Amino acid sequence: MSGDVVLRVENLKKHFVVGHTGVIHREPITVKAVDGVSFEIRRGETFGIVGESGSGKSTIAYITMGMYLPTSGTITYDGRDLFAEKKRPIGLKKEIQIVFQDPGSSLNPRQSIKQILELPLRIHNPHANRLEEVIRLLDLVDLPPEYMHKYPRQLSGGERQIVAIARALATNPSVVVLDEPTSALDVSVQGKVLNLLIRLQRELGLTYMFITHDLSVMRNLASRVAIMYLGRIAEVAATEQFFSNPQHPYTQMLLSSIPVISEEEEKLKPAKVVSTGEIPSPVNLPKGCSFHTRCPYVMDVCKRVDPVMVDVGQRGGHIARCHLFEQPPEVAQQAEAVAASQEGA
Amino acid sequence: MSAQAVPSTPSPEIRHSISPEELARIKRENRRDQFGRAWYKFSRNPLSVLGAAIVIAITLMAIFAPIIAPYPKHAEPFTDFASASQPPSAEHLFGTDEIGRDILSRCIFGFRYSLVMGIVVLALVVPVGVFLGLVAGYYQGTWIDTVVMRVTDIFLSVPPLILALAIASVLEPNLTNAMLAVSLMWWPWYTRLVYGLASTLRNEYFVVSAETVGAGTGHILLREILPNMISPIFTKISLDMGWVIIIGSTLSFVGLGVQPPTPGLGTMVASGARFLPDQWWIAIFPALSIVFIVLGFNLLGDGLRDLFSAEEA
Repeated sequence: MSGDVVLRVENLKKHFVVGHTGVIHREPITVKAVDGVSFEIRRGETFGIVGESGSGKSTIAYITMGMYLPTSGTITYDGRDLFAEKKRPIGLKKEIQIVFQDPGSSLNPRQSIKQILELPLRIHNPHANRLEEVIRLLDLVDLPPEYMHKYPRQLSGGERQIVAIARALATNPSVVVLDEPTSALDVSVQGKVLNLLIRLQRELGLTYMFITHDLSVMRNLASRVAIMYLGRIAEVAATEQFFSNPQHPYTQMLLSSIPVISEEEEKLKPAKVVSTGEIPSPVNLPKGCSFHTRCPYVMDVCKRVDPVMVDVGQRGGHIARCHLFEQPPEVAQQAEAVAASQEGA
Repeated sequence: MSAQAVPSTPSPEIRHSISPEELARIKRENRRDQFGRAWYKFSRNPLSVLGAAIVIAITLMAIFAPIIAPYPKHAEPFTDFASASQPPSAEHLFGTDEIGRDILSRCIFGFRYSLVMGIVVLALVVPVGVFLGLVAGYYQGTWIDTVVMRVTDIFLSVPPLILALAIASVLEPNLTNAMLAVSLMWWPWYTRLVYGLASTLRNEYFVVSAETVGAGTGHILLREILPNMISPIFTKISLDMGWVIIIGSTLSFVGLGVQPPTPGLGTMVASGARFLPDQWWIAIFPALSIVFIVLGFNLLGDGLRDLFSAEEA
């Protein structure tokens, strides 16, 4: 089932212009929301992206949906460049759908659930019997058919999000981007929505790009996890590896900041790393490794040279972006020489 | 089971089932529920009910003027100098004017011209203003936005009554040209209202969602964005009816609108003003009629605004 790559993100960058410097020497001030991100999502898996707010995880989702154009870099779906044409072809739109964070604003308050679900059907499946399809979609997400005549304000937050999921499925997509689908919901309904997502993935063979800042949700749902810090990926690993054997100091810091109640849980956690400082402003990124301002293992090289992705796993596929793992000294030296020459220029 | 899990085949077993009749019944009940709730909220406010009653009464009087007016002939060219300038009496409730016409009858016919003024002007202005505002708001930040909104600003910067007076005085003075003049200065208000609403609504996730699913611009403008601004637009229409009628009456008052002997309320006030204060009824009753119409529409508009803002909360 899994194996082949569905979505490949390569060196993706998105810089937002937020203003200009000076009057005479006008240079754009940019926020590097996403700054050189690469990863692959394999068919049938749930690829999790975690990070603090402002780390650029939602921006990746929006670029994937075509809401923003990337500054540079590419995303390919099944080998097809998503940005090859100015307007994304309808056949590609069909394959990738999104569920937004806030179901309160993602459903049009003036449309009935039927009208909401009919839109994707009208565009992507014009010959289907729409009433039957709407009933089927509601059934797929376990909502009774009479819900089609309700309006979003008559539904609870959880039910609205379930309708949003049904709408995403209406085009029969193969990839669903889930942008913090449960963070606006009560804890009591989060579980229900997550279970629904798991069931739908199993039944329909969906691939998820799952974005959240909730590590426990990630642990339950994702097959692989990428952790983002200031627009870059710090570490990518299989979920089990990620939680049991985190390599990057940032991951260690985040995992040890999860509050636990019992002693047993405490033992499951990796070595304690105290979190210090705040996330720096994405307008003014620190030089070198962007994490060096908060890193407990900070070295001289970290303040000057941006680290590269290093495979740190025994069986491969566990990647961290940190100088601690750039073992071959010649690599580090090379990087340092490059940085020095840039500085000189 | 695994064969059925392929995405393209719909799962054959439906967990919930319901008959079409049952579905239709639920739909009807839902709709009745919503209407009932809206009416209940509206009826809690006695002033808005009064406004609605005035508007309905005026509309009925305007439509059935020839039946309701005691002397329908007096709305046409007519003179009866024998009963000229009589004060209000049982026979002539509002009195008669300087050439013996029943003022009540002429006021009832005057409602017609005021309503026609309001309805025609808004019917011309609202679609144009809303369309321009929608397009400019949706394409915010592009050249379309710049062109439409700068033209709008230019129109808004001229005092409306002055502009209407200027336009009406260049054209031949009659009701049609008065309506044209008022329309020309009224559309920018709708463009600006709708522009503001559209430029926030376009960033709502339901609009973004329709875009990512591949909906056309027409669908997004008319089905996703427009329905969410119906409430403020209708509130404005209701409040504007009063304003347009006042401006129309003002144009008539200065002789640029309805021409005598046609019974425009503004025209009647103008010709009656000469006989103030002795024969006060000739000017005062048409003036009170204007107040009556404008009050009705304003109360209705306020009621609608409260209703819609409560709905949003």
